[in-house]
Amino acid sequence: MNVNDSIVVVLVSSAIFYGTPLVFAALGELLAERSGVLNLGVEGMMLMGAVTAFWSVQHLSGPGWLVLLLATLIGGLAALAVSIIHAVLVVGLRANQIVSGLALTIFAGATGLSSYVGNVGKLGGQPAHHEFNALNVLGLADLPVVGPILFHQNALVYASWALVLIAMAYLHRTRTGLHLRAVGESPQTADVMGVNVARYRYAHTLVGGLFAGVGGAYFSLAITPNWIDGMTSGAGWIAIALVIFAFWRPEMTLAGAYLFGLFSSLGFVLQARQVHLPPEVFASLPYLMTVVVLVAVSTGWAKQRLGAPAALGTPYVREER
Amino acid sequence: MRIQRRLTTPRWLVVAVPAASLVAAFAAAAIVLVVAGKDPIATYSRLLDRAFLAPGALSGTLVTATPLLFTGLAAAAAFRIRLWNIGGEGQLYLGAVGASGVGLVLHNQPAAVIIAGMIGGGLVAGAAWATIPGLLKAYFNTNEIITSLMLNYVASLVLTYLIFDSRSFWRDLSTFSARAFPQGKPLPDAASWPTVGAGLAVIPFGFFVGVLAASALWLMYRSTIFGFQARVLGDSPPAARYAGIKTRRLVVAMMALSGALAGLGGASEIGDFRHVLDPRGLQQSGFGYSGIVVAALARYNPFAVAVVAFLLGGLANAGYSLQGPDFPAGLVGVLQGMILFFALGGELLLRYRVSFQ
Repeated sequence: MNVNDSIVVVLVSSAIFYGTPLVFAALGELLAERSGVLNLGVEGMMLMGAVTAFWSVQHLSGPGWLVLLLATLIGGLAALAVSIIHAVLVVGLRANQIVSGLALTIFAGATGLSSYVGNVGKLGGQPAHHEFNALNVLGLADLPVVGPILFHQNALVYASWALVLIAMAYLHRTRTGLHLRAVGESPQTADVMGVNVARYRYAHTLVGGLFAGVGGAYFSLAITPNWIDGMTSGAGWIAIALVIFAFWRPEMTLAGAYLFGLFSSLGFVLQARQVHLPPEVFASLPYLMTVVVLVAVSTGWAKQRLGAPAALGTPYVREER
Repeated sequence: MRIQRRLTTPRWLVVAVPAASLVAAFAAAAIVLVVAGKDPIATYSRLLDRAFLAPGALSGTLVTATPLLFTGLAAAAAFRIRLWNIGGEGQLYLGAVGASGVGLVLHNQPAAVIIAGMIGGGLVAGAAWATIPGLLKAYFNTNEIITSLMLNYVASLVLTYLIFDSRSFWRDLSTFSARAFPQGKPLPDAASWPTVGAGLAVIPFGFFVGVLAASALWLMYRSTIFGFQARVLGDSPPAARYAGIKTRRLVVAMMALSGALAGLGGASEIGDFRHVLDPRGLQQSGFGYSGIVVAALARYNPFAVAVVAFLLGGLANAGYSLQGPDFPAGLVGVLQGMILFFALGGELLLRYRVSFQ
């Protein structure tokens, strides 16, 4: 038997495949939270991305790669558009961030706008005209072990790796990144320094929306290339939990996302190998593991809210500082 | 434009702002309808007709409003003290599992015993499910938003499992078609909750239980020591600790209370309406999430929850009965989300005075 068919290699490469949408969504949420804005609307934004990206591949014509690129962008922009509502409510109108985020998920999510768009566009039950396929990077896909894991993934996986590197450099190596961290930790100080707090919060909430939309597009263009109402089934919420596991550090979102990708794929891989358990047991693993890991990081060494931006969740009003 | 913090909020504004946000939401959703090529006025008049005016509409609206009343109270009880239990959906599922289980076990008892048992079963199962995030919040300081939400997905899978696994007590295996297409065991006739006919509408028993629960919740917050301690905890956790309030116990108790209310909603879904454990129907209704909208729009006041549950129950009821190519699923969620957005924006007017100079 080929080493690349061994269960470990299959599990690791599918963990990366299933974890990638979480990387995008968690990275977006991380940037928003670093500016002090908690956005619980990730699930809704991802579903908007999923449905609009799918609509785009069905209606745009052109070379496959271009259609996929445009569709992913459109998915991101649609999610960005709905994130504007949250930004205006919490930054401009000082609304409660938790309730506003929940409202965004109800508005855009399953049985909301994403479902409306999908039903009006009659997108259900169609196979996608284009989908993201695994690439054979530099012809190295057949290398033992590392081939399938590193060189046989789709384009969005490589894009997510680039994005993590960019986010790391942005947060710690640029002036805007420094300002962003100041806005999230102490908006008063940032304001005194001459940083426009509201502008930073708006911008990063919208970037969070864009990334969540790309993560959503991954569901309808790569994981299951079709559209089903509510197809992200909680990935947006897991992404919010991931930001906590990652201690608000971009590089850590990769590890967390792949861990959850592993739990998502475990069911498929084990069932294909004749392990018989009720399918609901496998399906509930990612959710249960989210709870378990969240408990682990909220005790012990993380007691002092390690990494959480100090101003997370609080509106900044200059007159009331 | 100047924005100043208000010291007192005028009473009329507390009613006017949510009412205005309802109107504004419908106006904004009209844009969505126009973009989708639908006539908003025709859509809304059909919606109003199916929700409140058509023969039998009021009864249907009350059936939909009843679970919303319970999940709205569940969210209001917890949100009021800044305990973000968004697991109402899963707690309702578990309440339905508990109530139908008790109903099946007690099948040859008199109706009063079965109904009391179902209420108890729903209450306990919902409370138990909510106690999990409650304990994690109290003893490990784990974010209850995410844990309670994750458990919604687990509860949904538990529901599916109980109907699809052939060893399950809830599954009906008595007929050939039930063996081929998994479905729940129907409850005995005595397990159907009574209804009260009142002129134009038939009021389900669960609705009365809900109004009773709303009154109890209002009294609890207004005139019990427990309710007072909960309010202190909500306003300032350090103050509650310095005052010697046992905050951990309080958090667990309040989560359990919130879950019990949602669980009652599940019991009423079984007793008033479905009479069988029906995962698909429960999962599609999304009462737990709509309950959050109800609670927020009611500004966490139990009696206002009853009024808002009735209004949004009408919207949801009309949404189901009109669903089709003309009226795609999703519109109800869009409207609910918009109502909540406007209500949240309107909060600014309650807390601040906006003047133009």
